[in-house]
Amino acid sequence: MDADHPASLAGQVARPRFSASADWIGLAAILAAAIIFYLLFPNNLALLTRVIGIVMLVLSVDLVTGFCGVATLGHAALFGAGAYAAGIAAAHFGITDPIAMIAAGAAGGAVAGLISGLVVLRGHGLGQLVLSIAIVNLFHEAANKAASWTGGSDGLTDIAPSPLFGVFAFDLWGRTAYGLGIALLVIVFFLLQRLSRSPFGMLCRGIRQDPIRVAAMGASVRKTLLKMYIISGLVAGVGGGLNAISTQVVGLDSLSFTLSAQALVMLVIGGTGSLYGAIIGTVVFMLFEDFVSAANPFHWLTIMGALLVGVVLFAPRGIFGTAAHLFDQWRRR
Amino acid sequence: MSAVFEVERLSKAFGGLAVTQAVSLAMAPGDRVALIGPNGAGKTTFVNLVTGHLKPDSGVVRIAGEPLNGMNPMQRVQRGLVRSFQVTRLFPEMTPREHLALAVLQRQGRTGRLYGTLWSMPEVLDESEALLRTLGLEAAADRKVAEIAYGQQRLLEIAFALALRPKVLLLDEPAAGVPQSETPRIEAALAGLPADLAVLMIEHDMDLVFRFAKRVIVLAAGTIIFDGAPGDVTKDARVREAYLGSYADDRSVA
Ligand SMILES: Nc1ncnc2c1ncn2[C@@H]1O[C@H](COP(=O)(O)OP(=O)(O)OP(=O)(O)O)[C@@H](O)[C@H]1O
Ligand SMILES: [Mg+2]
Repeated sequence: MDADHPASLAGQVARPRFSASADWIGLAAILAAAIIFYLLFPNNLALLTRVIGIVMLVLSVDLVTGFCGVATLGHAALFGAGAYAAGIAAAHFGITDPIAMIAAGAAGGAVAGLISGLVVLRGHGLGQLVLSIAIVNLFHEAANKAASWTGGSDGLTDIAPSPLFGVFAFDLWGRTAYGLGIALLVIVFFLLQRLSRSPFGMLCRGIRQDPIRVAAMGASVRKTLLKMYIISGLVAGVGGGLNAISTQVVGLDSLSFTLSAQALVMLVIGGTGSLYGAIIGTVVFMLFEDFVSAANPFHWLTIMGALLVGVVLFAPRGIFGTAAHLFDQWRRR
Repeated sequence: MSAVFEVERLSKAFGGLAVTQAVSLAMAPGDRVALIGPNGAGKTTFVNLVTGHLKPDSGVVRIAGEPLNGMNPMQRVQRGLVRSFQVTRLFPEMTPREHLALAVLQRQGRTGRLYGTLWSMPEVLDESEALLRTLGLEAAADRKVAEIAYGQQRLLEIAFALALRPKVLLLDEPAAGVPQSETPRIEAALAGLPADLAVLMIEHDMDLVFRFAKRVIVLAAGTIIFDGAPGDVTKDARVREAYLGSYADDRSVA
């Protein structure tokens, strides 16, 4: 042991291959992609903004499933709670400032995350999956019953966000909403990059790989997972809030089992356990769905199914996961 | 008495099978004790009872005088009671360096931190590096655990436990599954354990036991049948009988 000159050791330690500079490249790539999509589809900004909202949901699923190994088919509960929180803030409390609405969405998502976590983490394996489905169904039913607050099956309307920073109105083309969405995505992505490298992020990956080992080193698995559920609720809630602002209506579908399952599918297509996988999976799934359903309204579901089967069979780590793996192998040669 | 680790009449039955029967022992800092016994004697169960992974039917476990009854495994680790596993339990996708850093952070109560990375925590990296060197794991330090040799994984189990700075260390067969050629490294690692640490080692390899332990405890059918100096254990009639019952052949207690 070189106890006499400890300060010299840290400098010699090999840093991981994907480090800080890769993070900035990733953020730059997101911005570049945002601009390219804007230029390619200037008339489709509403769809693109919806994609960003769902990206947040899928990132949120990734946090608990990809990072911590907790499978969930009920994560739309967090997204929908965020959407309703932002919508109710605007429609019932006159909180129409978009930033405040996003904050309300994040808070709503975090509370839903806490509730989901408390319930879902009681179970194990398939039990967790069943509990997560039960949660989203309960949320859905609650929103349906509380029609005076949520508009029930008609959806919550009367959401009229005021101009962003008092300057940028939410226009018909959806430019402001798209810009807000991209800004939020970049911020969320930046923070999640930090999170995934933090001691907490390491501990979460440890839990996915061996929870018994984590407990045997004196860390609380349950508390850690619950914390991640709350963080994941914040992220999904921001996505829900963005969706409420951009569409100006919140429907029960934002709180559905279907959306929850789709989010998991998108994550698997992109690649679990990686923030990039969550983004790529969502973008590919949603744009492909939009394109195919317009091009072939009769067989689009079949084609979506074929995409899924193709990815799972030929790229089992998901699009990003497989690409990263191939790249890794190539570098090692 | 300056016992750091005390077990008093610990008992556990699975259904009708009494797997641990009124087991008592005490250890002082620096003790090197080997717990041996035939397969199925209840050694691992004893460790699980002590660490809180199983709930005893009766009995008390104390660390530095404090009873641990009702505490979960996590709280016991925080009191300084750390174990290793009979079959290694490590994080397959993490490197040894990350393992040790995570353990150091846990000891410091910093695994809940949402910001900062290992690479910006020189004290954590230094401590991990020092442990890697002590255990001779430098060459494997930055490879995924799934890709390193089993002998190295066993060494990492020990290093991981040490990073938590335990008062009492329970090693469940630290050399199990390691090829003969690599046991000397495990033995060296055991010889290099901190002098003030109380170590209870479960092991079947009698050469290792005799070189490591100053005291040997023999467990058979859940009861302590011998507790004394390594030199006397082979002469003990009850020990011979217990081993003859299960495996009389090569493992040679006699
Ligand atoms: N959870 C359990 N339920 C029922 N019986 C159990 C359980 N765990 C262990 N046993 C039984 O208790 C006895 C002691 O098992 P234990 O694993 O403690 O033995 P051991 O001394 O560690 O053996 P080995 O040397 O093979 O590791 C065995 O007969 C085993 O079958
Ligand atoms: Mg055992």
